[in-house]
Amino acid sequence: MADYAAHLEFLYHALGELNRNQIPLAETTDLVADLGLTSLEVMECIEKVEDRFDISIPLNILPDVNTIGELAKKVHELNPDAAG
Amino acid sequence: MLLDKFDAMARFQAELAALQATPFGAVTERILSATEGIVEGRKAILAGTNNYLGLSWDERCIAAAEAALPQWGTGTTGSRLANGSFAEHVQLEREIAEFYGAPHAICFSTGYSALMGMCATLAGPGDAILLDADSHASIYAGAQQSGADIIRFRHNDAADLAKRLRRLGDKAKDALVVAEGIYSMLGDLAPLRDIAAVKREYGAWLLIDEAHSLGVLGERGRGAAEAAGIEEDADFIAGTFSKSLGTIGGFCASRCPQLEAIRFCIRAYIFTASSSPPVVAATRRALRIIREEPQLRAALWDNARRLHRGLAELGLQVGPAASPVVAVEFTEREAAIKSWQHLLDSGVYVNLVVPPASPSSNFLLRNSVSAAHSPEQIDAIIKGYAGLIAAGLAGGAGAASSAAANTGAAAGDNIGAKTGTAASKSTGKAAASNSAGG
Repeated sequence: MADYAAHLEFLYHALGELNRNQIPLAETTDLVADLGLTSLEVMECIEKVEDRFDISIPLNILPDVNTIGELAKKVHELNPDAAG
Repeated sequence: MLLDKFDAMARFQAELAALQATPFGAVTERILSATEGIVEGRKAILAGTNNYLGLSWDERCIAAAEAALPQWGTGTTGSRLANGSFAEHVQLEREIAEFYGAPHAICFSTGYSALMGMCATLAGPGDAILLDADSHASIYAGAQQSGADIIRFRHNDAADLAKRLRRLGDKAKDALVVAEGIYSMLGDLAPLRDIAAVKREYGAWLLIDEAHSLGVLGERGRGAAEAAGIEEDADFIAGTFSKSLGTIGGFCASRCPQLEAIRFCIRAYIFTASSSPPVVAATRRALRIIREEPQLRAALWDNARRLHRGLAELGLQVGPAASPVVAVEFTEREAAIKSWQHLLDSGVYVNLVVPPASPSSNFLLRNSVSAAHSPEQIDAIIKGYAGLIAAGLAGGAGAASSAAANTGAAAGDNIGAKTGTAASKSTGKAAASNSAGG
């Protein structure tokens, strides 16, 4: 799961600027309930991931995504060959 | 709890009540002309109606509706597939097709159902639909219904669209790209020449929503695709009758012969009653006026430039170019709400737009210009805004300070409200998507 780890690591990096209260980030951190992201900020984060890994993340995945780990898993599924 | 998700909206409504402001659902008690009415007890210049050519109040359109009423009755009581296809509907479709130089056209009961229905039906599971981040709620809703992969490209960014088509590989040639001619919130034009070039490069399909550009742009008033010279690249042109045509309804025109088969697959067409015949008759008359009276477009643009220039000279944050939609941005919610009410109290009705209906975290006072506005009315609108500045409500800390806030990857809240995805969870379901109907 090295690639998953790479995706997760990048998400931690991408979310750093949006972590207003500097809470510890973990796979179980909820993007909205814990980080307090607005929907605009969720999309900004997704755009960073898209640019970094040269992928497009369909909006269809979002209803199943609440936590950082769930987002990393979805990104990994879309981009299984990433070297990280 | 089932209803807990509406708590945020209830709190927002309470905040508006505390501020004694009625921006959402303000009641127009009387219409005095295309540009004046009695709104919430006050005589006001109507500067938030998208009545671009003033045709809702044109005596020829009113006469057409009156003539149709005793002939056809008040409604069709059925869908187009059942008993609701009257000769008026068929004739309107012929005239829309002829107007666009296309062999095929479908008319819908609303613009929303036209855009939602076309997006939901053209693309399906296994396909990809690429839409501009600032797309109207009807486009997001249709994309969601389609079952296709929904890929959002950065607003008005043809290079970003190209990147996303490239990533699709062989699937790109069957992808549906959706763009609008003029975007409804900020009035900005799409770079359709660039988008069409990308569409050609990848062999994708292109649908253009001319809701705010029909009758507004192009030598013959067909819209943004005509103005950009890319009508050949537009596989589908859709739009609404509820702006420049002054009635209600929607359409899609296409040279694709499959449109006649597609018609029978569009749920938003099949399972709703067709437009009432007086509305159809007024629409047909209005379309003729658009074709025959280009001077209306010239008057509209004169007024648009006058308003844009006047608001810019006041130092307000408006877009970089004149447009029939001129939005003034605020960063502070309370300042925006109070400004809306202050304008109404001074006799100017505009639209208040709050996130997620606005394309960024900013709040908008959205003005729409009409050919029917007199120069004096435009000046009165500008004077109303000067009053906001004098009252300390605009042009200071509460006003947006950066034009960059207008553009870019700023439509996340739209995504949330319009698709009901995780992105909306922080703002509540469809929170304040009030003004997005425009």
